[in-house]
Amino acid sequence: MDTNTAAIKAETLTKTFNGNIALDSLTLEIKKGELFGLVGPDGAGKTTTMRLLTAIMEPTSGDAWVAGHSVLKEGERIKERIGYMSQKFGLYEDLTVMENIIFYADLYEVPQKERPERIERLLGFSNLTPFKGRLAGKLSGGMKQKLGLACALIHTPEILFLDEPTNGVDPVSRRDFWRILYGLLKDGITIFVSTAYLDEAERCTRVGLMHRGKILIDDSPARIKGSLGFPMVELWTGDARTAEDIARGCPGVRSVSIYGNRLHVALERSKALDGVIGRLQKEGIIVRDHRSILPSLEDVFIAMVEEP
Amino acid sequence: MFERIKEMVVKEFSQVFRDRRMKAIIFVTPILQLLIFGYAVTTDVKSINTAFYDLDHSYESRELGRRLEASGYFIITGTPSSAKEMGDLLDRGKVLAVLQVNKGFGRDLARGVPTEVQMIVDGTDSNTASVAMDYSTRVINRFGKEFGTRAGIQRVVKPARIDLRSRAWYNPDLRSRNYNVPGVIAIIIMLTCLLLTAMAVVREREIGTMEQLMVTPLKPVELMLGKTIPFALISYFDMALVTTIGVFWFDIPIKGSIPLLVLSTAIYLLSVLGVGLFISTISRTQQQALMATFLFYIPAVLLSGFMFPIENMPVAIQYGTYLNPLRYFLVIIRGIFLKGNGIDILWPQMAALLLLGVVVIMTSSLRFRKRLG
Repeated sequence: MDTNTAAIKAETLTKTFNGNIALDSLTLEIKKGELFGLVGPDGAGKTTTMRLLTAIMEPTSGDAWVAGHSVLKEGERIKERIGYMSQKFGLYEDLTVMENIIFYADLYEVPQKERPERIERLLGFSNLTPFKGRLAGKLSGGMKQKLGLACALIHTPEILFLDEPTNGVDPVSRRDFWRILYGLLKDGITIFVSTAYLDEAERCTRVGLMHRGKILIDDSPARIKGSLGFPMVELWTGDARTAEDIARGCPGVRSVSIYGNRLHVALERSKALDGVIGRLQKEGIIVRDHRSILPSLEDVFIAMVEEP
Repeated sequence: MFERIKEMVVKEFSQVFRDRRMKAIIFVTPILQLLIFGYAVTTDVKSINTAFYDLDHSYESRELGRRLEASGYFIITGTPSSAKEMGDLLDRGKVLAVLQVNKGFGRDLARGVPTEVQMIVDGTDSNTASVAMDYSTRVINRFGKEFGTRAGIQRVVKPARIDLRSRAWYNPDLRSRNYNVPGVIAIIIMLTCLLLTAMAVVREREIGTMEQLMVTPLKPVELMLGKTIPFALISYFDMALVTTIGVFWFDIPIKGSIPLLVLSTAIYLLSVLGVGLFISTISRTQQQALMATFLFYIPAVLLSGFMFPIENMPVAIQYGTYLNPLRYFLVIIRGIFLKGNGIDILWPQMAALLLLGVVVIMTSSLRFRKRLG
């Protein structure tokens, strides 16, 4: 097997906690230069996957190779070549921005003469230069996140792992953050990011939908959306909540989800639509309009999870 | 490797000195504890509040009361006029002892007839009570001898007298402070060192930096040394601080060698750091670490010979105290301070402490490694 072209490769990677399966024989291959998004609800196993791939947790069975090194046998070799940002950003709030960066530079033994230039660049792209002397605890959520990223990048890793990096960060900072990630991608860094936000997943070159320890589907966002082998309809109705319950009980309906006052309904066949509308009207729900839509990732995800 | 450990230590120090609570734990609490305990932890019994229940109102009875007070151990703070009033004073704890002189005391003494006085002592605190009994017996006996002789009553045959002269070695004035302050120093160092070590590791786990450290090439042994060296240094500093105060403020003599004290402190800190690390491996939050620290600390102090002699404990518990680092260090520190003991006498304690320290540190490191893996 060739592990050289793959940045990350997992084979039947499994982790159980006291008999509960957190990660169920994950098999995955991520190429160099990809921006892979691991998407799923809380408790799906995203953080466990991260910890296994970064070799800070031992798998129950299976193995994975990161930058060509086995997580089972060569955990220490992996650590030199990856950057990792845990959910809490892993910052010392009682140290300043600069002290945090220098501390991680020391741990990674970044040569002294390369430091000024690297730190300059990291502070520059994260817009943290004016806050060098500020305590990390006094930064806003978005700035903490960028500082965490700067610390994870100080040793110029080949592969970057980000565990829900935008959790609890305001929308503007989130957009900034993704802009930085695209910049890194251009430099050839492979990025493995987990998120609970499906709109963020759409920005990835490849997405894995994770549910209950398993990756249900893994492909480019466009292909995933196209893979939904059944039509998707958007309905404008009155009383969306009642309408959702009714629609779910109709024959030929695979899944239903609410978006504001609209319903997204995945159907077995297009013909089933008439039945749904008829049933809703019979129950006294006004159906103002309907149209065929391209499913979003969220629609696909819900359709897959609800699949009997 | 040394570079990374050095950076961990530097980081730890900058964090400690920026945290006001940490600074208080390091600089203020040891001094406060030593001052408070140095004054308060004393088993010397003096100025016992005493009631004088005088039913005789004679020259002799008043003289006995005066002598009791003149001994310096008793202060007459009440003169009840009835048995009820006397009982009341004892019940309320206003007095710890009562001297009762019955009617006819002066007359009997003058006639040379055997007579009685009664000393009632509050036995709640058995230590103070027995000391009070002892002192009052001495005063009353001497009084009886003097007044009996004055009345011309002498025994016909004098028994051969044995003159007992007692002298206390090492602490001639029997100042309990000399004995207690070195012990207080030992327990202050234990608490400071335990708390700092246990908390520092757990805090990293709590704020999520531990996970971040784990993905760096930092090795477990580097992390462990980086987390213990700062607190060993701080504990040393505290040791010097409280010892200085003990010597210059409380006039506690150091008869033995200071280098030996420094060396044995190092051996002692080895076990304490080990226990601190161990606590950090079994605690997930700082509260748990705090609880675990006190679950260890309180029995360690009570079963160390700090207050209660180990020889008086049940045998099973006596064996248990062999696992208590404080037990050995108390013998060492008291030996060095009060007796001027050298390594020729203290080596068994030092060897035991070293063995204990090595075992504890090893166990904790193994657990520490596992938690990282």
